[in-house]
Amino acid sequence: MAGTLLFNALREAIDEEMALDPHVCVMGEDVGHYGGSYKVTKDLCEKYGELRVLDTPIAENSFTGMAVGAAMTGLRPIVEGMNMGFLLLAFNQISNNMGMLRYTSGGNYTIPTVVRGPGGVGRQLGAEHSQRLEAYFHAVPGIKIVACSTPTNAKGLMKAAIRDNNPVLFFEHVLLYNLTEELPEGDYICALDQADLVKEGTDVTILTYSRMRHHCLKAVEQLEADGISVELIDLISLKPFDMETIARSIRKTHKVIVVEECMKTGGIGAELIALITEQCFDELDARPVRLSSQDIPTPYNGNLENLTIIQPHQIVEAAQTIVREGL
Amino acid sequence: MGQDIAMETERTAVGTGLTGAHAERLSGLVTASRAQVDRDTGLALYRDMTLGRRFEDKCAEMYYRGKMFGFVHLYNGQEAVSTGVIGAMKRQHDWFCSTYRDHVHALSAGVPAREVMSELFGKETGCSKGRGGSMHLFSKEHHLLGGYAFIGEGIPVALGAAFTSRYKREALGEADSDSVTAAFFGDGTCNIGQFYECLNMAQLWKLPIIFVVENNKWAIGMDHNRATSDPEIWRKAASFGMAGEEVDGMDVLAVRAAAERAVARARAGEGPTLLECLTYRFRGHSLADPDELRAEEEKQFWAQRDPLKALERDLVSAGLVSSEDLRAIEKEIDAEVQDCVDFALSAPEPDSSELTRYIWAED
Ligand SMILES: Cc1ncc(C[n+]2csc(CCOP(=O)(O)OP(=O)(O)O)c2C)c(N)n1
Ligand SMILES: [Mg+2]
Repeated sequence: MAGTLLFNALREAIDEEMALDPHVCVMGEDVGHYGGSYKVTKDLCEKYGELRVLDTPIAENSFTGMAVGAAMTGLRPIVEGMNMGFLLLAFNQISNNMGMLRYTSGGNYTIPTVVRGPGGVGRQLGAEHSQRLEAYFHAVPGIKIVACSTPTNAKGLMKAAIRDNNPVLFFEHVLLYNLTEELPEGDYICALDQADLVKEGTDVTILTYSRMRHHCLKAVEQLEADGISVELIDLISLKPFDMETIARSIRKTHKVIVVEECMKTGGIGAELIALITEQCFDELDARPVRLSSQDIPTPYNGNLENLTIIQPHQIVEAAQTIVREGL
Repeated sequence: MGQDIAMETERTAVGTGLTGAHAERLSGLVTASRAQVDRDTGLALYRDMTLGRRFEDKCAEMYYRGKMFGFVHLYNGQEAVSTGVIGAMKRQHDWFCSTYRDHVHALSAGVPAREVMSELFGKETGCSKGRGGSMHLFSKEHHLLGGYAFIGEGIPVALGAAFTSRYKREALGEADSDSVTAAFFGDGTCNIGQFYECLNMAQLWKLPIIFVVENNKWAIGMDHNRATSDPEIWRKAASFGMAGEEVDGMDVLAVRAAAERAVARARAGEGPTLLECLTYRFRGHSLADPDELRAEEEKQFWAQRDPLKALERDLVSAGLVSSEDLRAIEKEIDAEVQDCVDFALSAPEPDSSELTRYIWAED
């Protein structure tokens, strides 16, 4: 069997959930006739009609707010950000309306919505199309944040996100849409709040997510050849973190490296390492290490872009240093 | 260019006189039609408006007595809009979306005064369990989509409720799904992008929604005519191919008639209406506002058009009610307002062990 491309895995998830529950609908720019900017909703409009797969005008804050109102009155909308970066325009709706409204309403309303779309640093897309909003949205209360990284978890997580009664920000990565993998048979879901123990090991724990999982896998190959045993964990859930899995691993390896694609300042790793320090301080034999993107707008030039984000060799070097020298 | 602007300013200043262009618009307005009401409906309208007025007066008193905190925006003067529009709709069936100036919309929608007052006191018995406060009143039971504190953000939410109404009918096959949504907001809010984005989508998809602009001439200290190139907001509907109407927002029967037309259009699947109600707030922007900018003459002009007094004149002169009937209602309302204050005063505070409750759907 040829396997399933990641964007098709997402499409299968949405298709299956729409077939199961007529309240599930999709809205966003070019999600209907065009099939989505990365074809995640291809042909769904034909199958489910223009109301259930709604092509909206280019008005991010208003169609995101509209999804909130639709969710408050009984629907389960999936909002596509044509590029996740465009949802900066909907920051208010995601923060004030999706994240805070259930609380400020004293539990009157639930907002079962999924906000999904392509994010991350692609190939020379320029600064504005290379955003990592997971860090910007991290402080917003009341939303779950997940990042998929393989066709299998993409499908299982998407189905779980659609079934969840809370707002879920669902990050896909532009450079992972064409990954292929054979999917498990039948209906399956992946828990939204569980990290994925990608590979067991004993010398050092590497925590990562999204595309950096694959950079880490390359590094792990080299490190294993070099005699260093790595425990690789894909966080999956960026909010809340699966601290149980993370702490268990740190109790075993006593060393931790966070590899992330977001910028260092105010990033995912910043919060993660703060939590690790609070909860696992006595277990650590070395200072935690953070490998993050530079604190700069992503440059267009290919060489500069590569220098901006973490490369596999940097992961190798950091792991060697922490394991061999305890630094 | 600079010269043009100077000339424009001068012309406006000359043209507006002491009471301003807003008052001139109202004076020149030709009311299309006024709602015909029977005695019971007349009394119900008077009751709703009186509740709104006296509830807000009590809020001012309680605020100055230190019982409620934060920004509190009162609705005095605008009662004909809430009562006229919501009274023409079906409570607990149609949907209502408000702003930070939301107490009276909540009351008109049927949220019990006790729940509203205790929310303002931050009590557990409040409609938002004391978590929301004055600017965040919510009641799913009464189809109040909420009070929204940021300018314009309620409009898309209201659009979503209107979308659900159509979705239920067409995608879920619920033939009886005919709810209409009313979105209330001010003149100043008509300069934010979401207003235009939502007018477009509403008309494009023929959604059952009424955009109710409560044009009270002021956005805090910004005179509408200083903020808006064409101050006649209802005319903007035409750019979207939408029905638009302006109405005397101090005349509850005129508002009711206009709302009935808009509701009928929406229920028939003919789409949205932009309804601009010319009105005025009798108090400052919020209870923290010193209200230094509005001219005394202007306030006088509008005070003479007090919507409660206007309705009283209408009902009495039509022989539908006597002044005694209305005084009796006022007495009942005073008792109701006192009751809600007593209730709120003695209501429990939220349990501190529940500080983090209501973040997640399961909790
Ligand atoms: C996004 C945003 N910007 C600014 C404010 C501050 N603000 C609160 S009310 C208001 C004026 C609104 O005027 P209008 O829409 O006419 O409504 P009114 O208060 O007259 O009812 C402003 C600027 C806000 N709440 N939200
Ligand atoms: Mg105003």
